[in-house]
Amino acid sequence: MSWQWFHRLGSPRWFYQKTSAWLPWLGAASVLLLSVGIVWGLGFAPQDAKQGNSYRIIYIHVPAAFLALAGYYIMAFCGAIGLIWKMKLSFVVMRAAAPIGAALTFISLFTGAIWGKPTWGTYWVWDARITSMLILFFLYLGVMALSGAFSREQSGDKASALLALVGTVNIPIIYKSVDWWFTLHQPATLKLTEASTIDPSMFYPLITMIAGFYLFYAWVLTLHTRSLILQREWRTQWVRELFAPAARA
Amino acid sequence: MRAESVKQYSGAGESNLGAEGAAAPLRVAGFYTLFRTELTLAVRRRSDIVNPLLFFVTVLAMMPLGIGPEPEMLARMAAGLIWVMALLATLLSQESLFRGDYEDGSLEQLALQPQPLYFPVLAKVLVHWLVTGLPLALLSPLLGMMLNLGEAGYWPLFVSLALGTASLSLIGAVGAALTVALRRPGLLLALIIMPLYVPVLIFGTGTVQAALDGYSYGPQMAILGAILAAAAALAPLAAAGAIRISLEN
Repeated sequence: MSWQWFHRLGSPRWFYQKTSAWLPWLGAASVLLLSVGIVWGLGFAPQDAKQGNSYRIIYIHVPAAFLALAGYYIMAFCGAIGLIWKMKLSFVVMRAAAPIGAALTFISLFTGAIWGKPTWGTYWVWDARITSMLILFFLYLGVMALSGAFSREQSGDKASALLALVGTVNIPIIYKSVDWWFTLHQPATLKLTEASTIDPSMFYPLITMIAGFYLFYAWVLTLHTRSLILQREWRTQWVRELFAPAARA
Repeated sequence: MRAESVKQYSGAGESNLGAEGAAAPLRVAGFYTLFRTELTLAVRRRSDIVNPLLFFVTVLAMMPLGIGPEPEMLARMAAGLIWVMALLATLLSQESLFRGDYEDGSLEQLALQPQPLYFPVLAKVLVHWLVTGLPLALLSPLLGMMLNLGEAGYWPLFVSLALGTASLSLIGAVGAALTVALRRPGLLLALIIMPLYVPVLIFGTGTVQAALDGYSYGPQMAILGAILAAAAALAPLAAAGAIRISLEN
């Protein structure tokens, strides 16, 4: 097996041209799944016996929280590939993933707060999971701030990739310690409904939404990566030709 | 650092390089030379030792003015306040960890040595802890007394701070190395490093709290020790990588 595909993958130009064909499909599939999931979840899934209609926010909250965490690992993984194989494209994907992940983390915190008001009677509690998500949000912000702080782009790439990797090592430790801290400081009176006991009629729309969010994430990540590629490569011939075909003649 | 110490450090390396299997003594000799030089320099620059301590004491003295002088409330908050202030004092003093060496070029000389940067980084962090973390820990029972911390908490506070600030110095060294090439890294350093301090803070205050509540604080102390062991093994590696990235900038 040759490594040609791998080297090709490193070329921003190849990525840009390939993804042009994928984008419409990715977009259509994610919009389809998200609309089916939203209508199903908000309109047709049964009410919760205890929480009434307010539980329905899980159709946004849970997928966003899933991807907020997965997004950090995607970002760190891309950073690691960039550091190890010095692959330009992978740093671009890493930079593109940071604001998207931060936005998803914010969405999951925000929807959690909205849900918490009718259910727990307060917008914010220092629950173990909420606190870990807040720290994850700060980790994202740190990576974004560091990548923007360098005047030389390559240094920003490498430094933020290293920071993302250090964060990856720390996330399980932070999660465990916050869990421990919570059990020490507060009685566990606030219990989320466990995911394993969820009824299938509520579960299938949730699965649809999670799949839809994954596709949506891939779509937005590709779009953002493409725009970053154009910003970085605007001096090159192929970008110029892309936007000024007439200039060649 | 002065130029002679770099020469000495590299001289120790060259003389031993030829001998087979002399790798271990070579590194240790370099480590000791650098450690002694750094310590001498740190002791001569009094303000670097005194300023973090003054910051620590001054800000803690502001706390009762802000939250009120009721002894019961102060007693409940004392451990947390002292720990957070120790964290800030360590963080603020860390900005200059590699700065001088970066500006006068000796950091580059160190990076050019035919040896890993692990031991030089470890030496610098060790000196940093000896002149900031350890004095903070020694001072903490006094501040605990002023903030009405229970007597049972003095010893755990001292030991947890002594162990914890060493971890903080190690983790912070990664941030200091990542930002050394930036002109004004102060707030950025805090932004990227604070989330990584979370486990140390939780188990540090947990140690004191357990002692105050009359429980055994051994487990928390053991976890603090484990964090220190992991940080001592991994953080200098990350910091060494970060130094090389910063030097490219």
